[in-house]
Amino acid sequence: MGLNADELNVGDSYSEVIVEDLTRTQIVQYAGASGDYNPVHSDEKFVTEVAGYPTVFAHGMLTMGMTGRMLTNYVGDGRLTYYGVRFVNQVWPGDTLTARAEIAEIREENGQTLVDLAISTTNQDEKFVLTGNATARVE
Amino acid sequence: MAVERFPVEASHILMFARSIGDSNPIYSDESHAAGTEVGSIIAPPTFAQASAQFDPDYFLRPKDGQKWFGSGGTASGTLVKDKAEDDSKSDDKKSGSSAGGLHAEQHFTYHRHLKPGDILTAETKPGESWEKESKRAGVLKFSESITEYRDQGGELVVTARSVGVVTEKVIEQ
Repeated sequence: MGLNADELNVGDSYSEVIVEDLTRTQIVQYAGASGDYNPVHSDEKFVTEVAGYPTVFAHGMLTMGMTGRMLTNYVGDGRLTYYGVRFVNQVWPGDTLTARAEIAEIREENGQTLVDLAISTTNQDEKFVLTGNATARVE
Repeated sequence: MAVERFPVEASHILMFARSIGDSNPIYSDESHAAGTEVGSIIAPPTFAQASAQFDPDYFLRPKDGQKWFGSGGTASGTLVKDKAEDDSKSDDKKSGSSAGGLHAEQHFTYHRHLKPGDILTAETKPGESWEKESKRAGVLKFSESITEYRDQGGELVVTARSVGVVTEKVIEQ
């Protein structure tokens, strides 16, 4: 079931901790499932000695995927019509991330009630790692 | 990028959902899904990205008989710059995020949600490109690509817009 528009207000928000102490193993798991084997995400030797980063870092798409879990838990399964993000800071092993959605607008389009959400995901230092928007169908 | 055949399979959806830490039964349990509004297992919202698995030329997957730029005996099997040059010479149109580059933005518009049994095609076209100056990483070169995913009936199911960025230097932390 989706959300009920009668019970929603602009400014309402929902948040979830989407990962605690992100592991290198989960990053590898995402590489395997998504097919993106860029060594910057799994190869410590390459990423430190060649790419020049302090250690491996998560795929942006892993953060988007985990943030998507918060979204679908909020708006319901199969309810999204749009989901878009910017990756604003890298996500590192050990990070704990919190994803948040806030209702920006409730509107009608082609006889459907839609809710526009502003999304952000922050790390344990309150630094934004992802910002974006989503639109979902509501009752 | 062109993917001629991207079969959406339940086991792949299960693996993908696990990798993003999502234990929602809508991604794995048929009998649960049958009793929900959507009526069947569906794929998580970012699953279309896994079409890379079915792109024969996908450049971020090691391939038989080709050099890979990750570490083996040395820190890099082939220099990233060489790989980027090889890639730029190829006819294959790269997605927004490229070797030596980073993923800057990703957008999905859902015409409907993917489910096991879908057989998709994906066609990618280059979009805009632009530059920006950044304090932390020097000149940033952005490039956009648009991918249309269509089902076996030719219906547009997902439209993806990806923006990749190549930084002049490693991003300061």
